[in-house]
Amino acid sequence: MSHATATPVGGKLTTPFFNLMALVALVGAAALVVRFGQGLGAASGMTDGYAWGIWIALDVVVGTALGCGGYAMALLVYVANRGKYHPLVRPALLTGALGYSFAALSIVVDVGRYWGMWKIPTYVSWWNFDSALLEVALCVMTYVMVIWIEFSPSVLERWRSSGTPGQRTFAESAGPKLDKALPWIIALGILLPTMHQSSLGTVMMLPYSKMHPLWFSPLLPLLFLVNCLFLGYAAVIGETTVSTNGFGRRSDTRLLGSLAPVMGWLILFFLVLRFGNLVLRGSLPAAFVANKYAAWFWLENLLLLVPGIVLLGKNARERASTQFGAAFAIMAGGVLYRFNTYILAYDPGPGWSYFPSVLEILVTAGFVAMQVMIYLFVVRRFPVLPSATPAPSR
Amino acid sequence: MTDITRRQLLQGAAVAGVAAATAAPATAEASAESEARGRQPGDIGLLYDSTLCIGCRACVTKCKQANELPVDALTINGAPYDAPDDLNATTKTVIQVATQGDRFAFMKRQCMQCLDPACVSACMIKAYQKGPGGVITYDQSRCLGDRYCQIACPFNVPKFQWSKAIPIMVKCEMCRHRKEGCACSEVCPRQAVISGKVTDLMAEARRRQAASPGKYLARIYGETEAGGTQCLYLTAADVPFETLGLPKLDTTPQPHLSTSVQHGLYNKMIAPVALYAAIGFAVWKNTRGGKDEEKKP
Repeated sequence: MSHATATPVGGKLTTPFFNLMALVALVGAAALVVRFGQGLGAASGMTDGYAWGIWIALDVVVGTALGCGGYAMALLVYVANRGKYHPLVRPALLTGALGYSFAALSIVVDVGRYWGMWKIPTYVSWWNFDSALLEVALCVMTYVMVIWIEFSPSVLERWRSSGTPGQRTFAESAGPKLDKALPWIIALGILLPTMHQSSLGTVMMLPYSKMHPLWFSPLLPLLFLVNCLFLGYAAVIGETTVSTNGFGRRSDTRLLGSLAPVMGWLILFFLVLRFGNLVLRGSLPAAFVANKYAAWFWLENLLLLVPGIVLLGKNARERASTQFGAAFAIMAGGVLYRFNTYILAYDPGPGWSYFPSVLEILVTAGFVAMQVMIYLFVVRRFPVLPSATPAPSR
Repeated sequence: MTDITRRQLLQGAAVAGVAAATAAPATAEASAESEARGRQPGDIGLLYDSTLCIGCRACVTKCKQANELPVDALTINGAPYDAPDDLNATTKTVIQVATQGDRFAFMKRQCMQCLDPACVSACMIKAYQKGPGGVITYDQSRCLGDRYCQIACPFNVPKFQWSKAIPIMVKCEMCRHRKEGCACSEVCPRQAVISGKVTDLMAEARRRQAASPGKYLARIYGETEAGGTQCLYLTAADVPFETLGLPKLDTTPQPHLSTSVQHGLYNKMIAPVALYAAIGFAVWKNTRGGKDEEKKP
């Protein structure tokens, strides 16, 4: 499982952009002092009506889906046996590992009695198998470990070539063992997201009486699963384009372009499921009422439908700007769908409203900044990004 | 409050079943697994009669006393009152007033003690359980404060201590710590709220309805709502339950659909294990010795 084509970017770490991120991260960390010192009420806009805010809806529900690039690419490379996508796997695993790690961190911040979280994996006899949230918790905890192990060959590779003597010895003894176990770890890295990404949909089936009919669906688990797949591919295209341009490396437009039909068909499948179910349940008329729900609903779906159709056309395979634009729209639409299912569509009744507090936003921004910083550090020091990908040959 | 009928749900569930069956063959058995608990002879509850309540709030004060809860001070024209406007972290029961034109009716809120509770279904490590008498008990030593119970509860009952760094959930547990039983019903001067076995409460509700023809709406809220609750409500003939603030719910137990999916997909872990074996085989085959790897340009 060697990636001969990946090399460290190198260069100075503390660029002005990096320092800006460090500042945002520091401010976020300061906001955490209020949260842990005075409780969730002082730090957030959450209430007894809206008991979940952006720390769950954005950091966890959206963050893990954008981190599904590793999962989505692994499906292509290792299950569908499309080895040509190998150069895209490592960066996708890195963003996935970061997305999931910080989602887990956000849960620690969000949960009121965080010091008891060790009880979830420990007290097996307490497990409630009715709870989709338990499935999410156990799966995400495991997957955070699995995805870092999946990423670890990059680290071992660097240690083997230019580490300290101790690192080299470790890499040389651990490497072969890891290579042997890796197929089964990769398989776990495909199974676990399949489970918890669908469960994130099941979570919002329980409060069905409080859910808007345009978002509630008995298909929520399947919709969330398909959604995280095309979000994963879109994130890979977005991230690869930004990082290759940012570091002056050549992007393989044709390779990224060959992801286009995969995403296009996934999106069409998603939309057929969503609309078909709305028609079957007789809930579609709710989309033709002049209110904010209908507006958000159409925005979500158009942000998927338009780029979905574009990606199925020939243009998307040749032009980097088309790919990037489509991926960006898909990320917006797919993210909105998840966010709205957890916040907009959830209605606890009259008298309640939710808007994130400044501190809440600062914490989320801080976590994003930390992810960017770690990403930059890792790609500069370790072989993650494809070095000079060969120019597309005809 | 959105209105999803049982028929819509079942239609949807059928579609979900077909779709999920392709991913996990176990779904077909789903509906059989999540049997409703149904009513048990020993269940206890409350009967609240909105037509008798005079809004004196003795029940609210007594509840705070019995549960050692602090006052929820509200200053009106310079004078402080213990006046909670809703259930909250210091209030396990509350009296609210519902207005309809120039008429008004009182409404008592507390945990409904559902037969098939969403909070029990939601909680990851069973901090909520159906205890003796069907009372939903809360165990703070298991609670993680993830607040999924609040998201799940159709009545918005469990409350979180937002202002505390070491918070717990707060909700009525029918004064299970008192050997005398419920404090609220003990002090009610008008028998507007009474406690006891649900079978007796149901009989009393019907007796009251029969004794004063035309006075009551001919329904008992909680008899079938969300699969049935142990706290029951009577209202005046011209004051619908929705006006009192009780959500319009069908007879499906709130957790029915999500547990069907959970049990279907994870039935004896057969589907996940089979899926893992299949993926594992594919990955192993495709990475074997790196032979098949990167064979294409």
